[in-house]
Amino acid sequence: MCVDEGEIVSLIGPSGSGKSTLLRVLMGLLPLDKGSVRMNGRIVDYADKAALRALRSDIAIVFQQYNLFQNMTVIDNVMVTPTKIRRWPRKEVEQHAIQLLSRVGLSDRLRAYPDELSGGQQQRVAIARALALKPKMLFLDEITAALDPELVDEVLETIRELSSDGIAMLIVSHEMGFVRKLSSKVVFMAQGRIVETGTPQQILDAPVEARTREFVGKILRH
Amino acid sequence: MPTPAQSLSYYDGRLLLIGLLTTLGLAVAGCGAGFLFGFAVAILRTTRSRAMAPLRAALFVYCLLLRRIPFLVTLLLVFFACQSTNAGLSTFAVALITVGLIATAYLSEIIRGGLESVHAGQWQAARALNFTHWQALRYVIVPQAWRVILPPAVGFLVMFIKDTALASQIGVMELTSAGKVLGNKGLPSMLVYGMILLLYFLISYPLTRLGRRAESKLAFARNR
Repeated sequence: MCVDEGEIVSLIGPSGSGKSTLLRVLMGLLPLDKGSVRMNGRIVDYADKAALRALRSDIAIVFQQYNLFQNMTVIDNVMVTPTKIRRWPRKEVEQHAIQLLSRVGLSDRLRAYPDELSGGQQQRVAIARALALKPKMLFLDEITAALDPELVDEVLETIRELSSDGIAMLIVSHEMGFVRKLSSKVVFMAQGRIVETGTPQQILDAPVEARTREFVGKILRH
Repeated sequence: MPTPAQSLSYYDGRLLLIGLLTTLGLAVAGCGAGFLFGFAVAILRTTRSRAMAPLRAALFVYCLLLRRIPFLVTLLLVFFACQSTNAGLSTFAVALITVGLIATAYLSEIIRGGLESVHAGQWQAARALNFTHWQALRYVIVPQAWRVILPPAVGFLVMFIKDTALASQIGVMELTSAGKVLGNKGLPSMLVYGMILLLYFLISYPLTRLGRRAESKLAFARNR
């Protein structure tokens, strides 16, 4: 599997097929058992702290459960990493944070704490927090799975707007309409392996593998 | 029957004051050392690295043992250990060491529980955002753990302050011993122990209040 600069790739597959695990392994949150990961052509050594730091400064992940820092307000959640960890100048970070939060429609909730927000709002804060680091690539791990159906659209709309920015994305999603529209490539996984890769049309409309056909047939009938 | 003013001489009052200050000293040392070293122990036990493994094991045994030995036994152990080294420590110093050792063992367990109560997702998010272990603790985990730590910690310390009375067993002139001396001098026991009771209350009540105030300040989300 390969994600090019500015490309949007979707990972689909049944529950337990290893999609989220793959994202976590790529992020260095889980150990890599077999195989190798290359970034900009070079193999990533996850045991090397400097290499891992470099990887994590290029890639940001948004979790299914948002994982916003509960002890910080919305604006602090977005600002803490750039100011405290990266040590970027506070003024610029703040401007960027406010700009990002108004972009995701939350400019009026800057001083709210995460548990005062709805799931959809929290997820949009999490997206703003990821973008505040100006990553080259974004991992989205089933970001709508924990949301009410009504809130799904507001989050997907945010992602749709981002997709025109030219930031690469690796998306785990069960929203097939969204996957079809946005991604240039779809990867189907089952039982921890990649079964089939292709354009959205190839995978969703004319899958070759039997396992893909079975999954796609079930999920599109909804 | 003599009035309290007549029966309490200057020296009696001085003895009570010494007792009060000694008990206060033990209480403050216990709280201070308990929180300081308790945090250190708890945080060291959250580390994962191989190099720290022997230290983690030692701290585990320390917490396991000290929390299962009666206060008095620990006190006597430290007392005789200090005597055998001929360091010439005063009994008050022995009591201070013991109080620190015990408070650290208990509070480190309370603090560890608090740290572990923070959702794993918070660690994960911090790691993905390139926080180091210490930065994650400082900015994310400890601020959230405080709210869980504080109520049982205050509860423990209030109980613990009363237990410092056991220091009288190795001859430390703290509040309870002072009461005993005054009683033996022939002062009315009800009067003496009534005063002692009041003084213990005066020491531990502010702690409870302080705990309450800190708790309400830490409630960072209003709708919880």
